[in-house]
Amino acid sequence: MLTDHLLSALIFLPLVGALALLALFPAAPEAAAHGAESDPHAGPSMPGGRAAAIRLFALVVSLATFALSCVLLARFQMKAGYQFLESADWLPMFGAKYTVGIDGISVLLVALTTFLSVLAIGYSFTVTKRIKEYMVFLLILESAMLGVFCALDLILFYVFWEAVLIPMYFLIGIWGHERRTYAAVKFFLYTFAGSVLMLVGLVAVIRLVGSSDLSALSIPGSELNDKLQGFPAQSLMWIYASFALAFMVKVPMFPFHTWLPDAHVEAPTAGSVILAGVMLKMGVYGFMRICLPMFPQQAMQSSGLFIALAVIGIIYGAVVAAVQPDMKKLVAYSSVSHLGYVMLGVFSFTHLGMMGALLQSINHGVSTGMLFFLVGCLYDRRHTREITAFGGLKRSVPALSFFFLVAMLSSVALPLTNGFVGEFAILQGSYLSKTAGPVWTAVAAVGAILSAVYMLWLFQRVFAGPLSKEENRAMPDLSLREKLVLVPLVVLVFWFGVAVTPWVRYMEPTITAPKLVRPKAAPIEYIALPGMDGVRR
Amino acid sequence: MHDLHTGQWVWLIPVLPLVGALLHAGLGARVIAALGDKRGRWLVGAVATGLVLASFAVSCVVLSDLVVNGGEHRRALAGLGPGGSTPDWIRMGGLHLRFEALVDPLSMLMCLIVTGVGGLIHLYATGYMATDRDYPRFFTYFNLFIFMMLVLVLGSSAALMFVGWEGVGLCSYLLISFWFEDPENAKAGNKAFIVNRIGDVGFLLGMMTVFSIFGTLNFRTADGTGFLDLAEHGRTAAAALTVGSATLISLLFFVGACGKSAQFPLYIWLPDAMAGPTPVSALIHAATMVTAGVVMVTRLSPIFAQAPSAMMVVAAIGLFTAVLAAGVAAVQNDIKKVLAYSTVSQLGYMFLGCGVGAFAAGMFHVTTHAFFKALLFLGAGSVIHAMSGEQDMRKMGGLSGRIRVTHATMVAGWLAIAGIPVFAGFWSKDLILNSALGAPLYGVLLYAVGVGTALLTAFYMTRLMAKAFWTPQRFVEPHGDTGHGGDDSHGHGHGHGGVHESPRSMTVPLIVLAALSVVGGLVGTPWANAFERFLEPSIASPSLIVPHEGMPAATGLLAGALVAALGVGAGLYAYRTKGKSGFLADERTRKSNPLFVGATNLWYVDGILSRIFIGGGGRFADRVWRWADRTLIDGAVNAVAWTTGAVAEVVRRTQSGYLRSYAVTMLVGAAVVVAWVLGGSVRP
Repeated sequence: MLTDHLLSALIFLPLVGALALLALFPAAPEAAAHGAESDPHAGPSMPGGRAAAIRLFALVVSLATFALSCVLLARFQMKAGYQFLESADWLPMFGAKYTVGIDGISVLLVALTTFLSVLAIGYSFTVTKRIKEYMVFLLILESAMLGVFCALDLILFYVFWEAVLIPMYFLIGIWGHERRTYAAVKFFLYTFAGSVLMLVGLVAVIRLVGSSDLSALSIPGSELNDKLQGFPAQSLMWIYASFALAFMVKVPMFPFHTWLPDAHVEAPTAGSVILAGVMLKMGVYGFMRICLPMFPQQAMQSSGLFIALAVIGIIYGAVVAAVQPDMKKLVAYSSVSHLGYVMLGVFSFTHLGMMGALLQSINHGVSTGMLFFLVGCLYDRRHTREITAFGGLKRSVPALSFFFLVAMLSSVALPLTNGFVGEFAILQGSYLSKTAGPVWTAVAAVGAILSAVYMLWLFQRVFAGPLSKEENRAMPDLSLREKLVLVPLVVLVFWFGVAVTPWVRYMEPTITAPKLVRPKAAPIEYIALPGMDGVRR
Repeated sequence: MHDLHTGQWVWLIPVLPLVGALLHAGLGARVIAALGDKRGRWLVGAVATGLVLASFAVSCVVLSDLVVNGGEHRRALAGLGPGGSTPDWIRMGGLHLRFEALVDPLSMLMCLIVTGVGGLIHLYATGYMATDRDYPRFFTYFNLFIFMMLVLVLGSSAALMFVGWEGVGLCSYLLISFWFEDPENAKAGNKAFIVNRIGDVGFLLGMMTVFSIFGTLNFRTADGTGFLDLAEHGRTAAAALTVGSATLISLLFFVGACGKSAQFPLYIWLPDAMAGPTPVSALIHAATMVTAGVVMVTRLSPIFAQAPSAMMVVAAIGLFTAVLAAGVAAVQNDIKKVLAYSTVSQLGYMFLGCGVGAFAAGMFHVTTHAFFKALLFLGAGSVIHAMSGEQDMRKMGGLSGRIRVTHATMVAGWLAIAGIPVFAGFWSKDLILNSALGAPLYGVLLYAVGVGTALLTAFYMTRLMAKAFWTPQRFVEPHGDTGHGGDDSHGHGHGHGGVHESPRSMTVPLIVLAALSVVGGLVGTPWANAFERFLEPSIASPSLIVPHEGMPAATGLLAGALVAALGVGAGLYAYRTKGKSGFLADERTRKSNPLFVGATNLWYVDGILSRIFIGGGGRFADRVWRWADRTLIDGAVNAVAWTTGAVAEVVRRTQSGYLRSYAVTMLVGAAVVVAWVLGGSVRP
């Protein structure tokens, strides 16, 4: 049974876990919440034990989900097309079905989601405020994100897409920092505006083709997809724009990025990690799953704009990151820059560029996730994120500074780390691309210099120099639990950096076999080099 | 391509130092804690040095095998995975990169230099860093550097070379800012990494251009489809290699070379890099890493040779840098800064050689320079050690009798760099200059400026020697016990004993390098140039480019010897007669001389670039953020939000539930837009 419904089990296990948390740990008296400040020496007092049980339960649920996704990875066949398909009637009045399935584009994103969720929950053991609700929201969030990556029905996709917003809104709004309400509302309004636009496009597509079956619509050459292509280009452009705008906000692409720094800064650490690590990739995924296969001609026509915005985002994000006084904001703006690379890869329409974009989506989850965890560790110790509050930490917290160094090297795309592989594939793809080409690539490559500027400068100000502040001198180094959260990320940094081929095998057949952008739509001279598509001479 | 008997050993060359780095990082501190300070440090130092020397031994074996069994082309591929396997690194979308070494004369020569000179400098460092609190961390980085440098020279593809290329940059960054507690050191490290990154982007774009034209990043393959194989025959993946493509590729890669090898205008990071411990300056910023650009240009010589205008740029930038830096070196007072600018200048010579097609001569100078510049830096380190951390030559003098081994060995280095006959630098510099004279059109100009720079080089090195050793003592004898050995600490404000010779671990490398500086050039005499013949298979074939000798070899050598003698003589005369104060001219004369003022201000390059990019860039970034992000974009959003708020205010009066009003607004808005869109479209 499990084998038939592996994906459904994966998607809903965290949700079931969340409901179980609510059922098993009914609202406790006020004292319990207070006592959640668990003191290891206080013995198994009821409130402390309760908080520990909640944490452990959430961790076990997320670990079980992760284990399921490992089964998924193991059973995934390295070929194109959807696998683990499940379909059932759902909302007959709209013709909507519950259809889920994954292919080479989504499989690694699913694994990334479950992986980062484990770490986010493991990291959040220090959260004391309303721990049960916190874990419940994290688990619901995980279910919703998995749903987005697995849904193969437009309406189902939209439901999961919206469902992601709610737990994240509360995570920021309740467990966030000083300006959390502002950030939560801004986050909600921005992404909700995008979502409404997407709803418009969605309804339009369903009205036009009479089906919400994404598993067919997203395959170029399928009957439904051909039917869609038969409609006037102008109206398709409008529909494409409505989808594209929604995804642009989510990615976020310049100039729709300003919600990101606020949301990141105010979110609790685990929220930032999930936000940067997974949620931004939902936008990238939307482009690859919906925009490119369903609207190839429109994507081609608009590629100039998207490449320009992507490259502007790379440079702009990096330049602005350099002058941030707040560490978390710096990392947030660096995400704008990194996601610019990803979008450049997507809109290069080359196999290399797209695979690089997918890889970099994973890599960014790993390296930025690591950076947010580390900034969180510093915040937990000093209750500030101001860069000037630190300095000379290499001496007081050597382990933390080592992990930070690794995250930094991954973020600046040093060879043999994961960042280089993705960035190089993207840039090489965009260099070969008819849509981007060498000049845009050269401008984008300047981002590699700027990333070194802001990351090294940050590292210098936080970890080098004299250890002049008393609070920093007495700072405890990483705890075992914190190390356990960070070590898997370091492993991935080097695994993807040194031996990326096994991971590429997951995505390569899907990216290369059915042309996401068909020759009809792409007036490109093809070159006979093996495995390269959309390459110009 | 031939199979080597020792092919399955090649992977050990880079991996041994990597093992060292991992050991020191993981266990170094624990070993020192467990065995006690003295024995623990001895063990860490011994492992670090021993592994590099073991790597040197493997290199020697592989080299002899290559010479004997390498066949006509003396070329072989060898896996860099465990046991000589060839693991995939990146295999996606037509890009196929593996961990594989290209074993040929060029890579093996560099392996010998990196592990040989590197091993000696490791040994020296065990003495120099003996009491540093971060001893294991130092050797972690130092061994890691050797690993990365070996990947750079051995890599069988441009991408693998880039791994080493950025890897050595990382190690350089980590080691320059090794004493990170001083913010200036950390800043110098950043500057090195960032300026190098500018060059790296050139390398990266060069690689991408190669891939787009040749469809591969492999240098050479067994079936002759590597991009150098193709380029050598004037071909690309699909067509003939055009001069335009060759020029574009060459210039992009040369940007990379300018960064790593400190050529104008990207040389500004190297003098600051002297903030690192002196063994670092000797190994990374003199003998090995900074020559990577020359190695890379030589490796790509089949492409450079087909781009005459790019070659002209290489020669011009090289020579310009050589003159510029020699001028600055002549007015510096910090002993390490003199040597730093001297390195920049000598690197310029190497590029001059490459630029006129004499790639072998350029590499020959890389080799001899590795000997005498490593020697001079280590000697300077020994002087600094003797002076308890003092680096200012104005406060030295009279050291020749006090630290005899250091003095004697540095004399060898001085004569070698000055180009005095039979010493190493004499032969290599002469080859470059003679080839420059033979260059068409502008040969005489290149030669004249080159000779002028050689004169200046001989002079400033004599100045250094005179100021440090031969002029009267200008420092007050420090108090405290004198004559204690290697158990003192360094550099960092520790005042300790009087002037004293360095421990054996430091003087032995000096003596070995001094011997090499004396005889090391004899492998490349114009009459029996074994060096050039050895290197021949690795450089552009004579059908592509042949360097011309400008004058008969003997005449050239004689001219070189005269110039060197003149420079040394002028220096000796000047400091013998006027050098009592340590200054040649009084302050007023110096300040009124525009050349002097320019040189002391580093020709303003650093200042102008910093002002534009650091000062201006920072202000620009700040303004972008505050204005564009906060005011413009957020302003627009806030305006929308405000409008929405106002509308919501109206809506709120008609609706009671907050959530419901959202839903209604959403649905109404959605419906309106849907209707609008579909209005124009439901007619297929």
